[in-house]
Amino acid sequence: MITVECRNVWKSFYGKSVLRGVNLTIRPGETIVIIGQSGTGKSVLLKHIVGLLAPDRGSVLVDGVDVGRLSNKKLFELRVRFGMVFQSAALFDSFTVDGNVGFGLREHTDMSDEEIARICAEKLHMVGLDDVGSKAPSELSGGMKKRVGFARAIAMNPECVLYDEPTTGLDPIMSDVINNLIVKLSSELKITSVVVTHDLASAYKVGDRIAMLHDGVVIFEGTPDEVRNTNHPIVRQFIEGRAEGPIVVGSRE
Amino acid sequence: MLTPQNAFRAVGRPIINFLRDAGGSTLMLLGIFKRLKELPRTSRQTFLQMEAIGLGSMPLVFITAIFVGAVASVQAAYQFQDYVPMVFLGSVVGKSVILELGPVLSALVVGGRVSASIAAELGTMKVTEQIDAMEILAIDPQRYLVMPRVVACFIMLPVLTIFADVLAILGGMFVANVSIGVKPNTFIEGLRMFFSVDDVISGILKAATFGAIIGLMGCYNGFRTYGGAQGVGKSTMHAVVTSCICILIADYFLSSVLFRVIFYKGVA
Repeated sequence: MITVECRNVWKSFYGKSVLRGVNLTIRPGETIVIIGQSGTGKSVLLKHIVGLLAPDRGSVLVDGVDVGRLSNKKLFELRVRFGMVFQSAALFDSFTVDGNVGFGLREHTDMSDEEIARICAEKLHMVGLDDVGSKAPSELSGGMKKRVGFARAIAMNPECVLYDEPTTGLDPIMSDVINNLIVKLSSELKITSVVVTHDLASAYKVGDRIAMLHDGVVIFEGTPDEVRNTNHPIVRQFIEGRAEGPIVVGSRE
Repeated sequence: MLTPQNAFRAVGRPIINFLRDAGGSTLMLLGIFKRLKELPRTSRQTFLQMEAIGLGSMPLVFITAIFVGAVASVQAAYQFQDYVPMVFLGSVVGKSVILELGPVLSALVVGGRVSASIAAELGTMKVTEQIDAMEILAIDPQRYLVMPRVVACFIMLPVLTIFADVLAILGGMFVANVSIGVKPNTFIEGLRMFFSVDDVISGILKAATFGAIIGLMGCYNGFRTYGGAQGVGKSTMHAVVTSCICILIADYFLSSVLFRVIFYKGVA
């Protein structure tokens, strides 16, 4: 299981600061949910964990190793331990569903085609999809694409799965199916999970801990109950979904 | 309003962009060299790209070549009239096609088609996070996506150019016979008179370089895409423009090196 430590992480794009000194520790085996308004840098933080982005200042440590200082080779070795579910599913549209799920296995292992097909079917079954292996991603609904993304993320048995807005754009029932899936995968596979979302129902359901990102810093960390009962004005405004309060929409640079 | 600051910005921005693109594409090229030992791992992707780039471009290149040869023949005959014997028609068409028209025009038409298609495909993958997904799966996109495309272009452009040279000469010979009245035997005699293997080699070397440029520009612009459909459109346009410009600039430098240094035989 993986420990992730973000130490004073700063990141800006084209002169606009997105992360302004994020400090966050993700403990092994826990499911942490990062909430916050759109555009506060939740997905940017997620991409720092796997080295898709490098911090301008500060560091991200995975099991004590600074991700930003790793060579390309070491970074790819580290990424084998991670899986990621993208907001848009990010399925490879030139492959079938099986091609997507088995892509990592084909590239990194010497498994036979039959063995890879068996693992693909098993992972797809885990996410509630059967008999879709030969379909193209374009033939699937939004929820099915997300679930194929889940299957692809867990195909290599990762130690940590990152979820980027897993329920965004889905109907409430499909959102709950996805939430159940996150809980099931975390408990069955005993993996560390990091979920980025602004869907509070999802955050309360899947999270062991919730951290709120606001104006580029983590302003609150606690259990779902602590979040529900907090008097922190910014967190309260966010969880109650009020337009009035300390968060002024459009105030961020 | 034109202020000194705005003026500096207007001049400085394109220079910075040019330097960034020159540096970025050079780094990408160096990255390909570094990964060449892994080419066998991506042989399947490379063959697929060779098929898409080579076979897919054949109709376009063939039609272009036949008409380029035909035009070269008509133009040369027009210049020759009353001054130069028509036996030299084959020499002029052959030389101009093998040295310049075949490699450059094939590269320009293939560049338009292939660099645009590579940039659009990789650009769409970039904005839909498919390239990020590949990186998360610990698969190097430069090895899996860039190297096969650049290598395929590098190999297929010379092949297309050889076909284009042959078809352009045949096109020129056909027009010479039908509309100018130069018999095929006379045309071929002229062709053989000044034929040199060095010319063919230099044409192939040029074509290979142009191929690498087309693949590299397509991949570089595709990887730099951001901002959705509009971004993909911009990258596609940039890929075509930069590959065409780079082909013409490289043509000058290659011609200088090949004909003034490597194959230079001195003044008789």
